[in-house]
Amino acid sequence: MPYPWQELEEAPIARVPTSEIKRSSWRTMRPVIDYDRCISCMICWKFCPDVAIRIEKAPEGHKYDEIPVIDYDYCKGCGICANECPVKCITMEREEVGP
Amino acid sequence: MVKTSLPREEYLISGHFACPGCGAALSMRIALKALGKKAVLSIPACCWAVIPGPFPYRNLEVPLLYTAFEVTGASVSGLSEGFKAMGEDAIVVGWAGDGGTADIGLQSLSAAVERGHDFIYVMYDNEAYMNTGIQRSSATPEYAWTTTTPVGKREFWKKGWKKDMVGIMVAHRIPYAATATPAFPEDMYRKFKKAASIKGPKFIHILSPCPPGWRFPEEKTIEVARKAVLSKVFPLYEVENGRWRVTFKPARFIPVEEYLRMQGRFRYLPEDAVRYVQETVDREWERLLRKEELSKEGPIW
Ligand SMILES: Cc1ncc(C[n+]2csc(CCOP(=O)(O)OP(=O)(O)O)c2C)c(N)n1
Ligand code: SF4
Ligand code: SF4
Repeated sequence: MPYPWQELEEAPIARVPTSEIKRSSWRTMRPVIDYDRCISCMICWKFCPDVAIRIEKAPEGHKYDEIPVIDYDYCKGCGICANECPVKCITMEREEVGP
Repeated sequence: MVKTSLPREEYLISGHFACPGCGAALSMRIALKALGKKAVLSIPACCWAVIPGPFPYRNLEVPLLYTAFEVTGASVSGLSEGFKAMGEDAIVVGWAGDGGTADIGLQSLSAAVERGHDFIYVMYDNEAYMNTGIQRSSATPEYAWTTTTPVGKREFWKKGWKKDMVGIMVAHRIPYAATATPAFPEDMYRKFKKAASIKGPKFIHILSPCPPGWRFPEEKTIEVARKAVLSKVFPLYEVENGRWRVTFKPARFIPVEEYLRMQGRFRYLPEDAVRYVQETVDREWERLLRKEELSKEGPIW
């Protein structure tokens, strides 16, 4: 007979995804992609520990049909993407201090 | 659609609590791309117990059970047998740090592997107890600075070579053991896929660079891991039923000095220590190639 786990009181189960938390405040440097030079190799996407680079449909007329887009709500500014980009088209720019 | 070398599905959720540039967060992202929805994780005390966040947060699209520091091996044994009894098709994964694996969890892991339950055990190795503030473990490399192996006038760095966990696992005649690192994500992906296809206990040793603990800038995580492989400090290989295979043989090696000098934890190293590390990794690499060659004739445990 299977163990009647259904009858147990609910154990503490964590349900809220961390994507509810914006991580932008951790960042001091902001990666910026120069799409004129980007070759859509997605190496930056592959190495991001924060899943903060999304592969999105490119605007009409762009040389590749998809481009990497940085989600600044979650990017922590580690700079791995800029360090690994083979054509060095990501620059790390200083975040400005708020008002 | 542009081609990506890894599947696009994500099981790691953004907004998690890992430090910027964390090698352990990226390793989980790659591992779960390979294991997919059937993965069920058991995680003891370690950085990865903090990365998903405090209650009520979660950062994975698969179930995660927290367990005590010393019992990941027992936990995955129970999970694996439990799922079997319930007729559930799950891939049970133990995911622990080097302290939780090579030190405090070693007997529990050894017993689980000896009993032969069906699970994948991952040691993500940041080479110290990082979650509690960089204390040395038995997997800390020789000569590394940590807070418990301080470098000063009388006290000097970690002594003794790093514990060989894959060697210990192979001595259990484990069906599959491998090394991996996020700088070679396709290699890591393939090893997780392979591990998932094999019955019985599997062990994967991930070298997981830690920017604050190893004292290097956070954009260098991948570069450091890549240099560990290119300098023979961390060879990529797998052992399947006693057959050894080096999965990546660099066309050109780099001197260990290039790997060591980019990390603050080795900044103090005198020349003779660098030479000693070079000689040791050269010898270990030759030994590994010999095992690969010899095990073609029959398993080497
Ligand atoms: C029995 C027990 N002893 C000590 C601790 C405190 N503790 C929590 S995490 C940790 C360090 C874990 O180190 P490691 O396994 O290497 O993982 P890392 O933090 O480096 O990822 C320690 C000592 C604990 N939780 N339980
Ligand atoms: S790594 Fe560089 S070239 Fe490749 S997709 Fe990213 S930004 Fe573009
Ligand atoms: S800076 Fe780091 S967190 Fe931000 S997009 Fe690049 S790799 Fe991801």
